[in-house]
Amino acid sequence: MIINSRFFNRSELIGFIALAAILFVILPLTLDVFRLNLVAKYLTYAFVAIGLVLCWGYGGILSLGQGVFFGLGGYCMAMFLKLEASSVENTKIQSTPGIPDFMDWNQITALPLFWQPFHSLTLTILLIILVPGLFALIIGTAMFKRRVGGTYFAIITQAIAAILTILIVGQQGYTGGINGMTDLRTLKGWDIRPDHAKVILYFVEVVLLFACIGIAQFIRLTKLGRILVAMREQEDRVRFSGYSVANFKIFAFCMAAVFAAIGGAMFALNVGFMSPSFVGIVPSIEMVIYTAVGGRMSIFGAVWGAILVNFAKTSLSESFPQLWLFGLGALFIAVVLAFPNGLSGLWADYVQPRIDRLWASRKSKSEWADTSVADGAPAE
Amino acid sequence: MSDETKQGLQSPFRRKLLMGMAALPALTMLPRPSFGAGPATSAVNTTGLAVTDTEVTVGILHSATGTMAISETGSIEAEKLAIEQINAMGGVLGRKIKFIQEDGASDWPTFAEKAKKLLVNDKVASIMGCWTSASRKAVLPVVEQYNGMLYYPTFYEGLEQSKNVIYTGQEATQQILAGLNWIAKEKGAKTFFFIGSDYIWPRTSNKIARKHVENVLKGKVVGEEYYALGSTQFNSVINKIKLTKPDVIFTDVVGGSNVAFYKQLKAAGVDLSKQALLTISVTEDEIDGIGGENIAGAYACMKYFQSLDNPNNKAFVPAFQKMWGEKTVIGDVTQAAYLGPWLWKLTCEKAQSFDVDKIAAASPGVEFKGAPEGYVRIHENHHLWSKTRVGRAKLDGQFELIFETADLVEPDPFPKGYQ
Repeated sequence: MIINSRFFNRSELIGFIALAAILFVILPLTLDVFRLNLVAKYLTYAFVAIGLVLCWGYGGILSLGQGVFFGLGGYCMAMFLKLEASSVENTKIQSTPGIPDFMDWNQITALPLFWQPFHSLTLTILLIILVPGLFALIIGTAMFKRRVGGTYFAIITQAIAAILTILIVGQQGYTGGINGMTDLRTLKGWDIRPDHAKVILYFVEVVLLFACIGIAQFIRLTKLGRILVAMREQEDRVRFSGYSVANFKIFAFCMAAVFAAIGGAMFALNVGFMSPSFVGIVPSIEMVIYTAVGGRMSIFGAVWGAILVNFAKTSLSESFPQLWLFGLGALFIAVVLAFPNGLSGLWADYVQPRIDRLWASRKSKSEWADTSVADGAPAE
Repeated sequence: MSDETKQGLQSPFRRKLLMGMAALPALTMLPRPSFGAGPATSAVNTTGLAVTDTEVTVGILHSATGTMAISETGSIEAEKLAIEQINAMGGVLGRKIKFIQEDGASDWPTFAEKAKKLLVNDKVASIMGCWTSASRKAVLPVVEQYNGMLYYPTFYEGLEQSKNVIYTGQEATQQILAGLNWIAKEKGAKTFFFIGSDYIWPRTSNKIARKHVENVLKGKVVGEEYYALGSTQFNSVINKIKLTKPDVIFTDVVGGSNVAFYKQLKAAGVDLSKQALLTISVTEDEIDGIGGENIAGAYACMKYFQSLDNPNNKAFVPAFQKMWGEKTVIGDVTQAAYLGPWLWKLTCEKAQSFDVDKIAAASPGVEFKGAPEGYVRIHENHHLWSKTRVGRAKLDGQFELIFETADLVEPDPFPKGYQ
């Protein structure tokens, strides 16, 4: 299945090693736990961004509703943690002890049926993958089988994001409403709040992130990845060649959904919090922006986009509490206008050629010609 | 406006005189504003907070951007004013208050992140902050985990009490019950129609109001409707009001929705000078957006109005407007936010320490006689004893005080019989 014999070409290998070194070694050594935990929060968006590279960058399916899947994954995790935090002992003060506090405020006296599976961690982990995956499958089947695509698909995903927010906010007895689920404390008795737990969670997350990068890279290199690109460029030709375009699109969309959901679940664990403000239209668009800033054709670029944009958000808002949103807006406009392929495009255009030249001066000429083609088009 | 000038501030001289009078008790407490004369840092700070010999750092955490900015700006301004005034009087325990402001951006997880930053990175001695219940719920676990001190200004739903929080606004029973009693007695009201925004505060407030109406006042709730935050279509509920003809419309619609609600109410021909309407969510700040002509005649039930006639308030309002502009209006929450730094200062002086544990333990019983609302005292449950007042909205956007409770009302965040 794998067309290219090497899993990473040279420039990707450099990117991979650089990212791994920074995330596994440099950041944990240099940052205090508070900042490291913030990086962990940024990285949860990197999962979404990787999914978007697959589905938008390669498959050409622009989804403006990734917040839905991020939210579903996050809520599944949060429901498990909330149930554990709402033991009878912790909730003695309520009229019905043993159920989450927001249910008690809303005069619900028994745990609803759909909350029951979240007593079990195994089931929860399965549901984190299955719920968003199935939901994406249903949306994807309904849309792509009818050949709804492009702008219409983007609008519909956005509508779904809006609907889900309204549903969560409206059903506050079952979901915590606009407050979301707060005060998440332990995972199977292991306190997720102290510093050492944050460090462990950070490493778990980075490992998961690299697993997702690996899967995405694998998909890219297989025939499947080629078909995705072909579909993006000329959908009809692929269809006339006998491929079922809809099935490939559904697959890419489902993968993106599952990645987003893993990010959401890690978010709930790292931040100890889940709320409808990650589900709606604005966060969904922000997720697309991370990907665009990083470069929608590049898996590593997307990860960097998610980290850097969120870092800018934090540091700008700390330095200029009143004006930071303008600064952030200007940053987006500048990046998109000046570098349409995002940061990774910038890298490929300006930095990579220099590295190649340095490399080539040491190596024989024939090898230089061989790799430069692949490096010039890191997208495909 | 002319009305108001006649009532209180006839001349600049009188204004100055009143300001001087209000500052008088404070003068005796700390005679000169020189910093560094307080007790040794090692004695007042045993837990590594950001306290030096001359300075102490606190955090301000509100939304300066996003949908809540319009409401929270007043709180930020009030807190900065209080800090400036405290510094002018010599600071806290001989130390000048330095503040670090962070933006919660109307986004609850951002609030949690920034609260953590303030406590872990900046080691602030206390945080003045949060506005919506959602932001408080997000910040609460952080403050409890890192043992911070939060002064929370908004009137809220109750059902909460924490060692690490001082609630300077009213909890639901404090705010609602006196107002309902008053309107039942004054207007002979028997039937009530509840309209609220759909989240925890209106729902809990209405639950308490319903129990009180049904069990204590022996009245009837003829309708209860909720609208999503930001909703602007109230025609169907206005039709229902016209059909059921309740004695009182009881509303806790929040934020921008109020503008649409009162305009549509007026357009539908509901005359608030005849139809009694009691709101617990409209302050002077909201009327700024609604327009005085659309809401004149409505009753509001809370603890503070800008027009209150007492020496403290007569000094507070001009000081606030001098700092933030002549046109600035001051609502209930803004005043409650102003209490935060003052209560913290007084508690520090009582405890002779900045340590959070000592502050938490020393808080009950701390009283602030310079409060614009009159007088407040911290209860054992970390809420404030305060009076409840009913005001009637006037055309100029101010409230006219109609009724106030004779005594301070006890805060009761876990009311028996109302849950």
